[in-house]
Amino acid sequence: MGRDRTWLLLLPALGLLALLFLGPLAWFLARTLFVETAPAEVPALFVDVLTARSMQVAALTTLWVSVLVTLATLVIGYPIAFYLANRRGWRAALVVFCVIVPYFTSVIVRTYALTVVLGRSGLINELLGASGLVGAPLALLYNIFAIVVGMAYVLLPYMVLTLYATMKAIDPSLLRAGRALGASPLYLFRRVYFPLSVPGVVSGSLIVLILALGFFITPALIGGPGDVTVAMLIERAVEILIDWPSAAVMSVVLLTATLILFAIYARVTDLRRMMGA
Amino acid sequence: MRAALPLFVGCACLLLILPIGIVVVLGFSGGTLLRFPPTSLSLRWFAAFLGDPAWRAALWSSLAIGGVACFVATGVGFLAAYALVRGAFPAKRLILAVALLPIVSPTVVTAIAMYYASARLGLVGSVVWVGLCHAVIAFPVVLLILLSALQAVDLRLEQAALGLGASRARTLRTIVVPLAAPGLASAALFAFLTSFDELIISLFLTNAATQTLPVRIWNSLHMQVEPTVAAVSAFLIGVTGVILAADALLRRRRAT
Amino acid sequence: MIGRGATVPGAVGLARPHERAAASISAPAGKALELQGLTKIYGSETVVDRFDTRIQAGEFFSLLGPSGSGKTTTLMMVAGFAAIDAGRLLVDGVDLAAVPPERRGFGMVFQNYAIFPHMDMFENVAFPLRARGMPKALVRERVAAALDLVQLGHLSDRYARQLSGGQQQRVAIARAIVFQPPVVLMDEPLGALDKNLRYDLQVEIKEIQRRLGMTVLYVTHDQEEAMNLSDRVAIMSRGRVEQIGAPRDVYERPANAFTARFLGEANLLPGAVVTSCPGRVAFQLRDGTVLHADDPSTRTAGTEGELFVRPEKLTLHPLADPPRDGVNRLSGTVRRASFLGSVVRYAVETGSGALVTADAPNVAAHHHPELGERVALAWSPADTVILPPDAA
Repeated sequence: MGRDRTWLLLLPALGLLALLFLGPLAWFLARTLFVETAPAEVPALFVDVLTARSMQVAALTTLWVSVLVTLATLVIGYPIAFYLANRRGWRAALVVFCVIVPYFTSVIVRTYALTVVLGRSGLINELLGASGLVGAPLALLYNIFAIVVGMAYVLLPYMVLTLYATMKAIDPSLLRAGRALGASPLYLFRRVYFPLSVPGVVSGSLIVLILALGFFITPALIGGPGDVTVAMLIERAVEILIDWPSAAVMSVVLLTATLILFAIYARVTDLRRMMGA
Repeated sequence: MRAALPLFVGCACLLLILPIGIVVVLGFSGGTLLRFPPTSLSLRWFAAFLGDPAWRAALWSSLAIGGVACFVATGVGFLAAYALVRGAFPAKRLILAVALLPIVSPTVVTAIAMYYASARLGLVGSVVWVGLCHAVIAFPVVLLILLSALQAVDLRLEQAALGLGASRARTLRTIVVPLAAPGLASAALFAFLTSFDELIISLFLTNAATQTLPVRIWNSLHMQVEPTVAAVSAFLIGVTGVILAADALLRRRRAT
Repeated sequence: MIGRGATVPGAVGLARPHERAAASISAPAGKALELQGLTKIYGSETVVDRFDTRIQAGEFFSLLGPSGSGKTTTLMMVAGFAAIDAGRLLVDGVDLAAVPPERRGFGMVFQNYAIFPHMDMFENVAFPLRARGMPKALVRERVAAALDLVQLGHLSDRYARQLSGGQQQRVAIARAIVFQPPVVLMDEPLGALDKNLRYDLQVEIKEIQRRLGMTVLYVTHDQEEAMNLSDRVAIMSRGRVEQIGAPRDVYERPANAFTARFLGEANLLPGAVVTSCPGRVAFQLRDGTVLHADDPSTRTAGTEGELFVRPEKLTLHPLADPPRDGVNRLSGTVRRASFLGSVVRYAVETGSGALVTADAPNVAAHHHPELGERVALAWSPADTVILPPDAA
């Protein structure tokens, strides 16, 4: 038999992942939890870390922020994707430009850009001050609001590109057929277009949620002192407290949540189309 | 109603692009205060950026790490993408899902795991090592781009080559690689960009001598904001712009 | 594995392009190709079911069938792109099942031409030679000869997008034969071309094959093409080989109703065998008419079946014409007449109610009845075959 040996070409990739990703993850978790911690103490460690007030607040903050960010990107992203999927020409190209450029710009640069816009002497406060609408500058940075705005800003392109991929595949002749059958545009949207776009809504929401749960840079830079996410807590455990076991426990929690969501995502999405590639 | 959608989309796009535009303008600001709009324009902050040995070292470090990551991720990603597109073996979906894990798992967790391992191996601060670690997160990007590029290569051309007596390796070299060349170039560009923009892994794995541009921006944002940061940010945005433009050109070539 | 055909150095410079081509691409003898119980299974479906045949060296053998009949899968198994699930594939007695496609040494031509878009025509044709590590000078000479053979020597620096479909397919043929493969596989090579061009290229392919003496395995769904080109044809349906034979044999003496219908218009009249002595079968239609067929095999009286005769074998006569001895005769009423150019096709309703199709050559001497006219249909038992009942 002419056996197919193409799979051998996967070996370098699997090696890279095993040596530099899965290996370190397994090493880090296994050593801190099973070697450096006595087996009997592991359950207690989990209980301690997970019932600590800081962790519970962080978990709640993370969840709350992630859900808000997902909703915000969905509400803003859906019309943009709809516009892109149904228009052509220079206006659509301009919209693509406005979505793609931030998408590929460094997260830290984008977050920095937001501090310039939202800061005390930033553009928005300047404009508000100049218009006389507010007396004192608004506190737009270093609070939950800033985190949500910042993360939504960073994650919006993921939502738009995922929705766009689904909407592009909706056959426009279905809408023409619907119109010919006497449906109003609004009715058509509700009964035909929206249901067909639901897979994109699900995929987009899942990917934004997955990325939001593990987000670090934006909340760390523009959140308030009390607004700590799980990812920030993990970083602090390692950098400041040098408490590896706690970091490992929190990593397990965050990783598990992410993997569960990704498993669902992988079921409902063609992974090859991920990130609008 | 008809005007509402374009209006909404227009506003949203403005909000998306505005902060980036402002940073670019600030990079050219002439004053010492980061105010928008700037009172005058100059290149002084770019001069400060490129004149400062520390920033210059960060730039070189970013370029070197990006180069390693780009080279490794593109090579490894190409072979894997080819295997996934053409191979007939089970569990392809699962393999793809595992291959994409580095972009979905929380970067902080990945980074501290890598840090944990690197510290024990004494590799923290090594440019090549950080490049390899960046290759891990650039690899899924390469894979996704090349999966779609290779899908577009007609299978029958490869069969023709094999049928005419070319070995597998020769078919890859003379048929697949040339035909997928624009996709390969795109993949390499984005692999570089992924590494060039990466912060968290670099934050843990570099030391004072090898810290990258994003790490230095991060540090300066945390201490006191030097105006140079705007120029450096504008520079990073410029790199993104150049890479996106190059990709757009490559796409046009792919289309014809 | 460069092939055994040596070039004749002296002849190259002097001869005209065509002769030069023939001299340089002088044929290695084609090789015999033996398919033994070749089987392909996808899931629970048997796509190719025990394909058995021996293709002689230098033979032009076609696989003919509708889409989904398994012909392309059979070719892909021979080429090595589809694994053989059961059976053996022998070339001059050597089993090739374990040999990967690139080492089988066959030439291949695809329906979509599969011209490498990033190489010019010279590089395309040179490809198999370079893959075999042939020295540069020899490559140049061989490629020039091969391109001359398909009359495209002047287009060697063009790219695929600058050529017509017909030209691309010629290059694909040149590329498939330039390394003198003992066997050339062609997968619907003319399928994408329009009708006239298709015929011209058929003539060219046949000419090249004859001149080079190569063995060709050819896949097509076009019965005229298969009959025009082939020494033998295998007719396939739903994975099974229905019949293998020379074009004329399968056309005139189909093995079953499927072959009969697939190769052209066929009259199939149900009935049963009355008597059978060697060489001659008497067959009774449902309405009681008894007709005869020349049939070498002996059949049991009472066997159900169908009587087959091609429309062009039937002649139309005024009903008043006296019947002749030893000729089958049916009478009926003309219900339809279709003018097809070279023939007029009549549908005649016979006593049993069945419509019988008869083609009358479009010549004045022939009887051309009016609609509704009662006519007699006559044909020879030699043109008649008794088929087993249609399974479908």
